Amino acid sequence: MIRVEPRTAPSRLMKIGVPILSAVIALALAAIPLVFAGAAIGPAYVEMFKGVFGSKFAFSEMLTRATPLIFTGLAAALAFRARLWNIGAEGQLYLGAMAAVAIGTGAVEAPAVILLPLIILFGCMAGAAGMAVPAVLKTRFGADEVVTTLLLNFIILIFLQYMLEGPLKDPMGLGWPQSSPILDQGMLPPLMERMRVHSGLIIALVCAGVAQFMLARSVWGFKLRAVGENAFAARHAGIRVNRTLLSAALVSGALAGMAGVSEVAGLKGYLTSDLSPGFGYTGIVVAMLAGLSPAGVVAAAVFIASVFVGADSMSRAMGVSSYLADLVVSTSLLCVLIGGFFARFRFVRVKVRQRAAS
Amino acid sequence: MDILQILLSESFWAASLRIATPLIFGVLGALLCEKSGVLNLGIEGIFVAGAMSGWMAVWLGAGLWGGVLVAAAAGGFFGLIHAILTVPLGLSQHVSGLGVTLFATSVSYFSYRTALPNVSSPPRIEPFRPLDIPVLSDLPFVGPVLFQQTALTWLALLMVVVVWYVMNRTALGVAIKAVGDNPNSVDAQGLSVYGLRIGAVVAGSSLMALGGAFLTMSAFDAFFFGMVNGRGWISIALVIFASWRPGKALLGALLFGAFDALQVRLQTEVGALVPSQVFLAAPYVLSIIALVIVARSADYPRALLTPWFKGQR
Repeated sequence: MIRVEPRTAPSRLMKIGVPILSAVIALALAAIPLVFAGAAIGPAYVEMFKGVFGSKFAFSEMLTRATPLIFTGLAAALAFRARLWNIGAEGQLYLGAMAAVAIGTGAVEAPAVILLPLIILFGCMAGAAGMAVPAVLKTRFGADEVVTTLLLNFIILIFLQYMLEGPLKDPMGLGWPQSSPILDQGMLPPLMERMRVHSGLIIALVCAGVAQFMLARSVWGFKLRAVGENAFAARHAGIRVNRTLLSAALVSGALAGMAGVSEVAGLKGYLTSDLSPGFGYTGIVVAMLAGLSPAGVVAAAVFIASVFVGADSMSRAMGVSSYLADLVVSTSLLCVLIGGFFARFRFVRVKVRQRAAS
Repeated sequence: MDILQILLSESFWAASLRIATPLIFGVLGALLCEKSGVLNLGIEGIFVAGAMSGWMAVWLGAGLWGGVLVAAAAGGFFGLIHAILTVPLGLSQHVSGLGVTLFATSVSYFSYRTALPNVSSPPRIEPFRPLDIPVLSDLPFVGPVLFQQTALTWLALLMVVVVWYVMNRTALGVAIKAVGDNPNSVDAQGLSVYGLRIGAVVAGSSLMALGGAFLTMSAFDAFFFGMVNGRGWISIALVIFASWRPGKALLGALLFGAFDALQVRLQTEVGALVPSQVFLAAPYVLSIIALVIVARSADYPRALLTPWFKGQR
């Protein structure tokens, strides 16, 4: 008889190996839908690879795509560490973008040194406010944050529609529901000439570094992890659980809001209702692939961005639907979940007679 | 204001029941899963899978009821994935559910795009027609409201009775409820905790998929991206509101449908005064309010979200 037994502590190799293996398996499984789409498998993978590593431009596009995913991945990772299920990064991203546009399109006339930090500050505050609502509903009323954050995503999208047709609408936009462009001095400067990759990436990397340090080394990080691992024990140890949850919510929301700022003030320049192709939801996959570690988020975001950019270019070249990327991303999430099981448990052979005696 | 006039019109009540139908399926499915102790956040994706696969089957010539069966099977398949991940493997129900939602959605979208690479407007099927029952359909008021709905609405109402009966009047129902409250007691009885939970999740997921199928095979006649539009999440909120009772679930879905039907009608009345987005957002706001009101007093299945492993206490 075979019994499942928890391992004492998952090894370092397991912690890093499982996500990598999951990513590889998910990529390999993409062969199945490729067959269904009638594409030649070998050339399809080559096209995907070339779409990311084929040129300097391709690689910079991948980094551009990874930037918002690092932010939303961090947002999910920090919240999940505290067992706070923030599924609302998508909405918080748009709140951040709306704040950036509200400040940056001419409401404040200031040089870049003042305007840029202001845009970032307000973007983060808007995102944080967006997550504060479900967090308070949870701590005050016990309303499940999974459902409230999910529903808030829809409410915020509708609010965005209203803002783009009303207060934030570009009067020069020929009737399109889009905002005015952000002033030049309010834009995050590009990193490379003639490439779209922008300094939002640097901010994202700094955020990941700070988050890694805070989580591992600061008192706040300790409290956060304690609440996440055992809220009951944390309370008895004198940690104010609700306050810790609220702080995690604010930081998580701010990071998601920053994703919106970075997209609108780093890439697009103006706000439309299709700014994010689900970066908020994909951030959850990024966080899970990263094992909820901020440093891992960077690697996972690069992988997911590669899948998206690579699949996009493969899809153009071979006529396979670009939803293939979403398929690979969701499969990798399921794989890493299953892998997590094998990292935490092992199968032990138990002799039946022994078992009867014990 | 003509609210009274709206409330007395038969078209309003007919619309309420129509809008409530997918939610009835969704809430019943979520109820079945959660009663056995498993939260199924795959619901949103399972709705999409049911909508797409049911429509696709009909479009390929399977017939309407064939489409319903295909949708239920697709729902059961994705439910089985969630069940395997969360029951014997005991993985996080939150993350697994979201994973299933992403997976089911991308499988559906990819299949649709692969089958129909370049269509400007989505192809249409001949959807379920409103029933025309002699005498009953011609009754004043009751006729149009109840007896001119499509067969899927009737199936939804029938399912309320079936789920109520199974949960409250059969040994199976007792076992499902027990496995969601105290799996150890079920194990001690010699029943299979895994079997009961997996079965409940698969059956519940099939029901959810029918909610999706209603959208493409009755409410509309084609499949659109993003057409599920949060109905799965609303069902998850409603099941808490209904404190996991089939009768209350029906009531919740109907109230919700009535409110939605009312806001569409109010929109035409006061559209000039209030931005239309206020009405669009109302269903989601309402769900959150309902959740906040009942959250503290909700009678959660005691073992909800808690994995159980054989041989470990």
